Formats: sequence, structure tokens, C-alpha cells
Amino acid sequence: MTEVGSARRRKEDARLITGRTQWTDNIQLPGMLYVAYLRSPMAHARIVRVDTGPARREPGVVAAFSGRDFAQEQGSLPCAWPVSEDVVIPDHPPMAVHEVRYVGEAVACVVATDRYKAADALAAIEIEYEELPAVLDMAEALTDTAPKVHEAGNRAFTWRFGNGDIDAAFRDAPVVVDRTYVQQRLIPSAMEPRAVVAATDGDAFTLYSATQIPHILRVMLALTTGIPEHRLRVIAPDVGGGFGSKLQVTAEEVLALLLARRLGRPVKWTESRSEGNMTVHHGRDQLQRISVAAERDGRLRGIKVDLLADMGAYLMLVTPGIPLLGAFMYNGIYKMDAYDFGCTGVFTTKMPTDAYRGAGRPEATYALERVMDELAAEVGLDPLELRRRNWIRHEEFPYTTIANLTYDSGNYEAATERATTLFGYDKLRAEQADRRERRDPVQLGIGVSTYTEMCGLAPSRVLGSLSYGAGGWEHASVRMLPTGKVEVVTGSSPHGQGHVTAWSQIVADALGVPFEDVSVMHGDTAVSPRGMDTYGSRSLAVGGVAVLQACDKVKEKARQVAAHLLEASPEDLEFAEGSFRVRGTGAGRSIQEIALAVFAAHDLPDGFEPALDADATFDPENFSYPHGTHLCAIEVDTETGQSRIRSYVAVDDVGKVVNPLIVEGQVHGGLAQGIAQALFEEAVYDADGNLLTTTMADYLMPTAADLPDFVTDRTETPATSNPLGVKGVGEAGTIASTPAVVNAIVDALRPHGVHDVRMPCTPERIWRTLAGVRGGAA
Amino acid sequence: MIPAAFDYVRPESLAEACEALADAGEDAKVLAGGQSLLPLLRLRLSFPSTLVDVGRLTELHDIRDGGDHVFIGAGATHYDVVRSPLVNAACPLVALAAATVADPAVRHRGTFGGALAHADPAGDLPAVAVALDCVFTARSANGEREIPAAEFFVDYLEPALAPDEILTGIRVPKLGPGWGYHYEKFHRTAQSWAIVGVAAAVRRSNGVVEEARIGLTNMGPTPLRARGVEDALRGAGIHPAAPDDGGADPIRDACGEAAAGSSPPSDLHAQPDYRRHLARALTHRAVRAAARA
Ligand SMILES: Cc1cc2nc3c(=O)[nH]c(=O)nc-3n(C[C@H](O)[C@H](O)[C@H](O)COP(=O)(O)OP(=O)(O)OC[C@H]3O[C@@H](n4cnc5c(N)ncnc54)[C@H](O)[C@@H]3O)c2cc1C
Repeated sequence: MTEVGSARRRKEDARLITGRTQWTDNIQLPGMLYVAYLRSPMAHARIVRVDTGPARREPGVVAAFSGRDFAQEQGSLPCAWPVSEDVVIPDHPPMAVHEVRYVGEAVACVVATDRYKAADALAAIEIEYEELPAVLDMAEALTDTAPKVHEAGNRAFTWRFGNGDIDAAFRDAPVVVDRTYVQQRLIPSAMEPRAVVAATDGDAFTLYSATQIPHILRVMLALTTGIPEHRLRVIAPDVGGGFGSKLQVTAEEVLALLLARRLGRPVKWTESRSEGNMTVHHGRDQLQRISVAAERDGRLRGIKVDLLADMGAYLMLVTPGIPLLGAFMYNGIYKMDAYDFGCTGVFTTKMPTDAYRGAGRPEATYALERVMDELAAEVGLDPLELRRRNWIRHEEFPYTTIANLTYDSGNYEAATERATTLFGYDKLRAEQADRRERRDPVQLGIGVSTYTEMCGLAPSRVLGSLSYGAGGWEHASVRMLPTGKVEVVTGSSPHGQGHVTAWSQIVADALGVPFEDVSVMHGDTAVSPRGMDTYGSRSLAVGGVAVLQACDKVKEKARQVAAHLLEASPEDLEFAEGSFRVRGTGAGRSIQEIALAVFAAHDLPDGFEPALDADATFDPENFSYPHGTHLCAIEVDTETGQSRIRSYVAVDDVGKVVNPLIVEGQVHGGLAQGIAQALFEEAVYDADGNLLTTTMADYLMPTAADLPDFVTDRTETPATSNPLGVKGVGEAGTIASTPAVVNAIVDALRPHGVHDVRMPCTPERIWRTLAGVRGGAA
Repeated sequence: MIPAAFDYVRPESLAEACEALADAGEDAKVLAGGQSLLPLLRLRLSFPSTLVDVGRLTELHDIRDGGDHVFIGAGATHYDVVRSPLVNAACPLVALAAATVADPAVRHRGTFGGALAHADPAGDLPAVAVALDCVFTARSANGEREIPAAEFFVDYLEPALAPDEILTGIRVPKLGPGWGYHYEKFHRTAQSWAIVGVAAAVRRSNGVVEEARIGLTNMGPTPLRARGVEDALRGAGIHPAAPDDGGADPIRDACGEAAAGSSPPSDLHAQPDYRRHLARALTHRAVRAAARA
């Protein structure tokens, strides 16, 4: 019982960090060809003419195609989440045929004997466009006179949700705070770019892809291309990060299969970073109006939210569902009488948006935690005190929120207590007061974020009620080999998280075998036939539980055999440290001995199938709800606008911890990503719809050098909704940190009359905001 | 991204390199550390016919004492420069600025000469070269010539080098005793280029600035020398007056003209008015830091 909870080094790492691994781009198959895509340089245009003929005459070129050449067979890229009755799901050809709707959309391709020749030959393709007006601003896009992205108009869907009497909550409310926040567009920047290889032997196909979702991909590709599901094998080799960007069915994956089929040879495509910035689905991009009604003492009456969510040009796999994942989170950890949520999805001529670490929940948490600070200022309370007055107290769990979710467990008091102690809250407040007093050009701000999130996606029935196209279960099989070693097959396909290590720890404890004796397989539909893959902080809370349940079944089978061999009744056996013993006598059999006995099958209970393995599929009853308190201290130089995070404390409650090292890694990476949104990153399109942030010199990702030493700690309130007591940690850091940072910046500047700084809070923006409130010329 | 096709030669001597460059014609390019050129090739913003790789020319790597100056070979890497005892002792401003270039990986590959020959006004070294009145030496098959820093930076990414010329090194004058130095770089992430940078060398005595040299990074298509500020600083008292005495601050006042005559770019990181503001604020900081040294 010691593996779960221990800081095991990851089994994956030796291979990964010494380069002895296989990324999709490393895969070489005999006769392989390389694909390069010609992409639209225009945000919106009609394709008048394409001639790929000249490209076909270039050296090394085997074939060149335009969208027209695949018009009959390429189908439409799938959207699996038709969120509402009124949702408009436009046709989305993998290669554009008649019209392009964002810069970077594929219009033609060259297939050549190496990737250099393929890239060179693109220039020979002749293409003529007739430019159409770009549609960039969401509010403008919804006006009657706006040019249309699609014939059906620019409104993708409307979606409403509410509970309680919102009008009553706002009527005569002593305090109302009404704010609009901009969730800028972000570009998920996985370390490994997208890459895909497709091969066929005639009627069977193998697709290798740097994907988070081999199982979902297989189903969707079968439906899209017509390749029968049982003739299609999808393999996700080692995958270097995704953050949601590889939770997708991409044009390049569909086309790889079609090209392999058309040419009868394996094909490979790997994106470049700048190609990726344009064409990997983007994240966030919402305009959030949030109003809170409260009593004078700060107690919340109700919250109203109205979102415009930029879909980009098409609805991809779960595009329209992303803002709605936030719909149940705008109330956070707080109690109130009424809640009202509305969201309009809007088409624009930009890269489609979709899941990005946190997916809907960071957006919700940001608006809520920002507005809580505004309310605190309005009613004259310390932001932590305001939160205390409103949060669900630990003795009130399980608690059904105004958004109709039942939070099973939590202890906001404990996490906050711990965080304020580690942070030195009172001391920093004193320093802040002193700097204000002295009119120090460098002001100190303190930002608070007491977040929760829903993860462990998801109870299948809930997904069904939200019109999502699939369930939220996860599958695992566990098999004992004759020599007593264990093979685990998981349906949750990792892309950097460390599943192999964590699953080994769970199995080691459950079966009483050494950690080293467990091997975990994943990411290949021929090896792992069933799965729902990795996203939404679900792997441990759903997939890990499935592993545990499969172990329990294996153990029960082993118990039968042990009882038979020991001539005892199964109930008289106790299992500890890998052995079944007859209570009282001490006679026993190790699980390894039992494995061998099962393999030999010489002497088994009547009717016992000689196999010590089991499958389990876990469909959670409820989401899990990690929470925590994050505190951030920032120095803001009011002369230059430069800000510097001085200290950052994150106390998270992710339930039971299987591996503290992995949890720590997830928290650190998550913080980096959330801070990146607050301070650094933004995808910028110009007035013509050209993406300006195509390189890392323009899309500023922070590195370790730009981030403070994080102080992290945990409280541990086990989830009651699953037998491991785990909640998930993949997104927590990202969700919590963005508002903590921006709250700190606004807090630093509040005495100057600043109430908001739009993200990312760049030095220039801070400087202009200050110049604006000073009334001076910028 | 994938660069377009090009020819590649890697000469073993400077003489050979000059020949190769002359033979390859107008569209050939010198390749040093590749930290600026390769990104341009990969983004297909540059299409040289031939690359002449000077990376193997050990004769370009020297950093040596020239008496009244330090000679830094064009092929010395940023890392070589940053840790050179000679540079740190005799012309520390160069080391201070080079230490802010990019990240350790880039500093180990990128060269001092490459950073200057690239003539990027956002680079950290050009402003230093201008502030210190460095002298550039260039070699072609026709011989060697010297180019003063004030004439070297012709325009954005355009050095005063003929297509067949190789930058061999830079003479950095020793300013002598009594000088203090500072390079103030303002950027958003540790790895990114300066939004604005200020290189300052200040000689002080008896509480006043006697002489100052100031170069500006990224305030126009070429690095700039803030001569107006240099003039205004001459004789300026270093310590501001107490608030009770009116709070006069001659250094701050002198730096108020730092952006005069500049034409800063507009890009995703900053608009010109903000850059002008930064030039003033950072020049003040740089001068103060240098004067304290
Ligand atoms: C991620 C990243 C961040 C960076 N950040 C910064 C920064 O913050 N500040 C900064 O100043 N720089 C920065 N740089 C640029 C870096 O300083 C480069 O090292 C430098 O600009 C070019 O040096 P190089 O030796 O790599 O030259 P190359 O890339 O090889 O060449 C650059 C140009 O100079 C020419 N050239 C090179 N050597 C000679 C020579 N001997 N004679 C004639 N022409 C020559 C080439 O033909 C080419 O036109 C960054 C680079 C990267 C990749």
C-alpha cells in the first residue's frame, strides 16, 4: 500500500529525454512520400481557378491535387457536438473546393519524394482567388449588414441556461457590478508539432498521428472517409504534448488517408511551427459580459453571463461545446440565489477555435474571479474576506450549486488558510500599503483566485443531455502473465502526462506486485481496442479508476484460485502484500504463484477459465471538483508598465495524490500556461484577417526564465465520487492562475483609478491604461 | 519551414572564403552562426544562391588586445565575448550587452560579427558599437578596409558591406579609466529582442557627468546615437536636489530628449509613442546605473 502517494520518477522519461523514442515524424516506411499543403493567403475568397499541373512537372513530384480532386470523397470534417437545436454546422471540406474562409486553409497539395521537393513545388501551383470581405469582429459579424462567412449567416448557435429567479436577484440589488472581459485568442503550442503518416496495403489502413485521441479519431475517420472501422488502425506513438490541440480530427489526417489510398503509397506530413500557428485550432476568444448582484455586505444574490464565442470559420470536433463547458462554472465555489447564462457562437474568417487546456473553465473562472475582486473593491472588503462570505463551507458538502452540479467534497477554508500562510498575506498587504503611501513608482499588487473546476469528463448521461456525440467512460484491461508480471492496457492515450508511471503505481498497490513488474500499453487501436482518450483532466479520475476496477476483478479471480489451492473458502482469505493467506493459519499463495497455476491450468476450480485477466469500463457518476487558492504578488513599474511576478503560491486540492512528482509537474506547467495568457500570449489577426503571430518571435511564450519560483502545496480532500478519491490535476494550474495574475496587476494599479487591464497585460497596455486614467496623452 | 535550395561551401581559410564569395556572385551570403540567417531561409524571406560558411575559420575567432583597443574577431561567439576577461576589463559594455542576447543556446552559436553584419536595429550589439565608435574591418578578394561604426549601419538589415566582403572583426576602443557602463534592455520575455535598449557609458567626477556616450537599440531602422542627450548630460549633477530644494534632476532632464530624431518602428510589441517614452525612461535609468558604477 505504498506505491500510491509516492514520488516515483516517471518510467517514460529515460526514453524520452535520451531521444530513444518514436515520434510520428520519425516513422519511415518503404516508398514513403511527403505531403506539403498550399494554404490560402486570404481570409475570405472564392477560388476561381486552381491548376496543379505545373507543380506536377517539378522535380521529385509524384502528384498534386486541389480540393476539387477530392470533392467527391473527402467528406466534411466532423463536429461531434451539435449543442443546440439551432446550431449551424457548415460543410467543412478538408481541402477547400469553392471558398476559403481563413488564412491558412488548405487549398491544394503536392506529394513528392522528399519534403524539400514537396515544399519547393508548391510555388508552381497556379491559383486565382476572388477576394471576399473578411469578417473579424464578433459583434459586427452579428449585425444585419455584415458580410457572411457562410450562407446561413454568422450566428452558429445560441444557448441558454439558468436557475433561480435572476430578475428578482437583480431587482433592487444594493450593489451591481457589470463588466466585460476579453478572452484573447491563444495558440496551443505543443512541443511536438502535428504530424501524420498514413499507409495502406490495399484495403486496410494504418494511420499514425500525433493525436490525443486515437480511439475517437478512428471512429470519426471511418465515418468521414468511409474506410470501414475494422480496416482502420490508428496509432498514437509517443506524443509530445497537445493541450487540447490534438483533440481534433484534422484535415491533414483525413487527407493522409485519402492520399495513401489514391497513390497506394505511404504518405507523411509534419507541420512547421509557423504553419501550425496558423492552422492548429486556436483556444479561448470570447467576449464575456458578467454582472453580479450583491448585498452591501458582499453576499452574492445572482450572476448573469452573456458570451460571444468566436468559433472561427468552421465548427470542428467540439468547437461549439467549449464555451458551454464553462456554463456550469461561472458560479465557482460560491452560493447564490440565481444564475443566468447565455452564449452566442459566432462565425468569423479566422482559424476555428476548439479545446485548449481548461476548455471553457478557465474563461469562466477568469470572469468570475475578476469580477469578485471588482465587487470586493465596490463594497470595500478584502478580496479574501468577500470570498469567505460567499463560499460553500466545508461542512455543507455535498452541495448542489446554482448551476445544478453537485460538488461532492471540498475544503476552501483549509486551502485558503494554507495559502495565506505560505504567501505571508498580511505582510505583503502591509508592504503594499507602504508603497502606496510613498507613491513608489513600483507598486505592489496582490491577486487572489479561489477556483474550482469540473473535471474527470464525464458521466455519459450528462454528456448525452448536452448533445455531445459520445460517452465519457474509460476502459482498461489488466492481465497477469504466467511469470507474474502484469500488462495493463489503457484506453486513455497519454501525450506526456505520465500515465505509464501512475497506472503502474495503482496496479502495484492493487495487486501487490512490484512497480517494475507492470507494463502499460496504450495509443494503438489494435492493442487498446476501446477508449475515450485523454483530455478534460479525465485520465486518472476515469481511466485510472477503470484500471483499479480491472485489478479488483483480477484479484477476485485470483482469490478463487487461491481458495481452491489452499482448500479454504474464498471469504477466509485475506490479501496483503501480494499474497492470499488463510486467516489464522498463515498458509498462503502469492499472486505470482497463482498466475503460473492459472497458466498451467492443471488444477483450477471447476469452470474456471484459465486466464488471470479482466476488463473494466468505468463511467463516472459525477464530475470531480478540484479546487484551490492561488495567490500572486506582482510588482508593476508604473513608469514603463513592466510587471514582474514576485511570488506565486498555489495550494491545490486535487483529492488523493497518486504521484506527487507528476502532480507537481502538472501544476507547474499549468501555472506557466495560465500566466502566459495573463501576461504574454495572444494570437493577433490584422484588419485583413492575416495572422500576425506566426512565429515564436511574435507569439511570446514564456520560458522558465520569465516565471517565478512557484510555491506549491496541497490540501487533500478525497473525492467521494470515485474509489481512488482522485479529482484530476491536468488543468487546475491553468484555470486558477490567469485571474490571480490579472487581479494582482489591477490591485497594484487600483489607487491610480484602474479597474481592468485587457489580457495579455503587456507593458505597453499597462502604460496606456495608466496614461488613459491619468487623462494625459499616452 | 523548409528553405529553398542553395549551394553550400565551407572554405578552410579566409583567403579561400573571399575567393568563394567573389566567385559565387551577388546572391551569395556569408553564413556564420546561422542564428539570424537560418530563420530567414526557413521562412523563405531570403533566397541566397550560395552560402559561404565561415564557421571553420579559426582566424576569425580571436579576441586580442590591440593597445588602445580590443579587437574582437567576427567569428567569436557571444559566449566567447561574455566570458572574455579582456573584454570585461577593457570594454565591459560589450560584454554587458552580449550577455542579454537571446538565450544560452543562441549565445553559444551566434557570433559577434554575425550580430553586427546582420544590422538588425533590434539587436543589442549595434547600439553598443555606435556608442563606442567601434571600427569594423572587412576583407574581400581585393583587400581589406575599415568602416567606422557611424557609417556601418546603412539601413534596416543593411550593413555597409559589399556582397563580396567578409567582416573580419571589430575594434572596440578602450575608453580608459573613470567610465561606468550599463546596458538597459527592455523586453517582454527573457528570450526576446529588445523593444528598446539603451547602451550607456558615463564618465563622472566630482558629482557631475563629464562625458557620456549613448546608443539606442530599436529606435529606428538603424541603431542611433543620442547625441543630444550626451551634450545635455555634460556637467549635469548626478544627485537630484532634495524635494525641498525644488527637486531638480538634471540627469532626468537631459534624458528627456532621448527620443529626439528617432523614428521607432511600430510592431506587435510596441507603438512608436510608447517606444519614445521608453527611450526617455530607460536612458535615464541606464545613465544613472552607469554613473553609479
Ligand atoms: C531565438 C533567438 C533570439 C535572439 N535574440 C536576440 C537578442 O535578444 N538580441 C540580439 O542582439 N540578437 C538576438 N538574436 C540574434 C543573434 O544575436 C544572432 O546570433 C546574430 O544576430 C547573428 O549571428 P550569427 O553568427 O548567427 O549570424 P548568421 O545568422 O550566420 O548571419 C547573420 C547575417 O550576417 C551575415 N554575416 C554573418 N557573419 C558575417 C561575416 N563575418 N561577414 C559578413 N557577413 C556576415 C550573414 O550573411 C547574414 O546576413 C536572436 C536569435 C535567435 C535565434
